[in-house]
Amino acid sequence: MAEKKLALIATKGTLDWAYPPFILASTAAALGYEVQIFFTFYGLQLLKKDLNLKVSPLGNPGMPMPMGMDTWMPNIVTALPGMEAMMSAMMKSKMKSKGVASVAELRDLCLEAEVKLIACQMTVDLFDMQPAEFIDGIDYAGAATFFEFAGESDVNLFI
Amino acid sequence: MPDFTEKFDATGLNCPLPILRSKKVLSSMNSGEVLYVIATDAGSVKDFDSFCKQTGNELLESTEADGQYHYYIKKT
Repeated sequence: MAEKKLALIATKGTLDWAYPPFILASTAAALGYEVQIFFTFYGLQLLKKDLNLKVSPLGNPGMPMPMGMDTWMPNIVTALPGMEAMMSAMMKSKMKSKGVASVAELRDLCLEAEVKLIACQMTVDLFDMQPAEFIDGIDYAGAATFFEFAGESDVNLFI
Repeated sequence: MPDFTEKFDATGLNCPLPILRSKKVLSSMNSGEVLYVIATDAGSVKDFDSFCKQTGNELLESTEADGQYHYYIKKT
């Protein structure tokens, strides 16, 4: 059986949305898939050496909060200074207590499993980001490179 | 209970870590050897079944007792 292939596009740079691409990529690799992830726009945050990812309840009515705050607290309160940092810290500690891997850990597992990580060169230039900000071992390329792999992949997902 | 070569304690770990770490242990083992995994993640029951089907390894036994899940995987 020929090796199956998974192509992902990661477009989001928040703590919660960092999980789907790295969970799917690492699991697929464990199942024997060859995997590439193309990181574009805010997804580039997931390739930073210093992963300082945050999650915000602001504008996200689907986010469960402690003490049922998502049901009685007006959403505008979540816009107050410090709320984002507080919610991010709470989410991280919740994840740790539930045995959920950290984003850095999942990313390391992806690298170990030879998942190919590609940073969108256009977005890197657009945001004036420097290669020194990113982890080693990644490629810089564009949409055509993505299609070279995606065109022959069994599964393609945009996240 | 089948005999096993290696044992991996995945208790407390959540998806996808039980699978990923078990896979890592399996990689270091020889064909025909058996890995015994203990987990507490309820989702791992279907996941180990699925993992074995897709990777060709044989799931010899999958049982639950007192909130713990026991898997015996024979490496092909």
